[in-house]
Amino acid sequence: MRKVISFLLLAGFVFYFATLTGGLIIPDSSADRNSVGLDILSRSAGETGSANAVTSVVVLYRGFDTLGEVTVLFLAALGVSVFMKSTGEKRKKVLDQSFILKTGSRLLFPLMFLFGMYIIAHGHLSPGGGFPGGVIIATGFFVILLTSESVNFNKTLMSVLEGLAGLSFIGLGVVGLLGPGNSFLQNFLPLGEFNTVFSAGIIPLIYAVVGIKVGAELSSVVYAMKESK
Amino acid sequence: MLYLLAFLVVVMLIAGIAVILVKDILSAVILTTVISLVVSIIFLFIASPDVAITEAAIGAALTTVVFVIAIKRTRSKETTDKE
Repeated sequence: MRKVISFLLLAGFVFYFATLTGGLIIPDSSADRNSVGLDILSRSAGETGSANAVTSVVVLYRGFDTLGEVTVLFLAALGVSVFMKSTGEKRKKVLDQSFILKTGSRLLFPLMFLFGMYIIAHGHLSPGGGFPGGVIIATGFFVILLTSESVNFNKTLMSVLEGLAGLSFIGLGVVGLLGPGNSFLQNFLPLGEFNTVFSAGIIPLIYAVVGIKVGAELSSVVYAMKESK
Repeated sequence: MLYLLAFLVVVMLIAGIAVILVKDILSAVILTTVISLVVSIIFLFIASPDVAITEAAIGAALTTVVFVIAIKRTRSKETTDKE
């Protein structure tokens, strides 16, 4: 019985993916599907003011999707925090790190933090954006967590930052909804001069918020994994 | 250009097969990192730097971090059980 059910489930998935990717495996002659990309490439610079077309898609054309991604990440971080509950007591150090490792990590952390900030702030001009920048910041946190004996990691501050960042994302979207454009995540700020840091309306703001959220979340995840019992 | 891409793909394949063959778990994790890094270089060459940055940050850095922490934790548990 169980075999039959699992076979049926498997067949269902195969059928689903076959219909989903049908056009990809068996190439159909219609060029309509590719015209979307060309259309966005030709229009995004004028409409959104963002020099990076990928960013304009991620933040504005598919902004709601990005909100969903951030929510998924939030739920994952919440799950890890609940699952790996911190015991509160300091774990005794087993390994004694060498002087070079400690000093090197202390030297590396500000540089990694700065690079993550750069990636976030220039998301609309050069490759990168909120997600990779936040991950780079979290990796910097991990480097310092791995090597120093006692880190003053303020978990409350991280939670507050995370919540505020998430709220500001939704708030920015709602402001666009109330404004003249009348749609969620409408670009309500002036576009500014093309290809400068202060341009592209709300894109840098949203990416800054996403970067803060991702960085705080993943740092908390790494901290919870390391310090839990 | 094409030869470079072919070389990178071969490196990726070798690393992928080596992941299965090595005995040490930590070496396997490092080899998956090698795969991620090579994939991100390939993304860069096929003109998608955004995906390359994301792959390098998440696939190569953060996934390795999570795996290394998990291995470290399970190993310490194993050794204390043995004693």
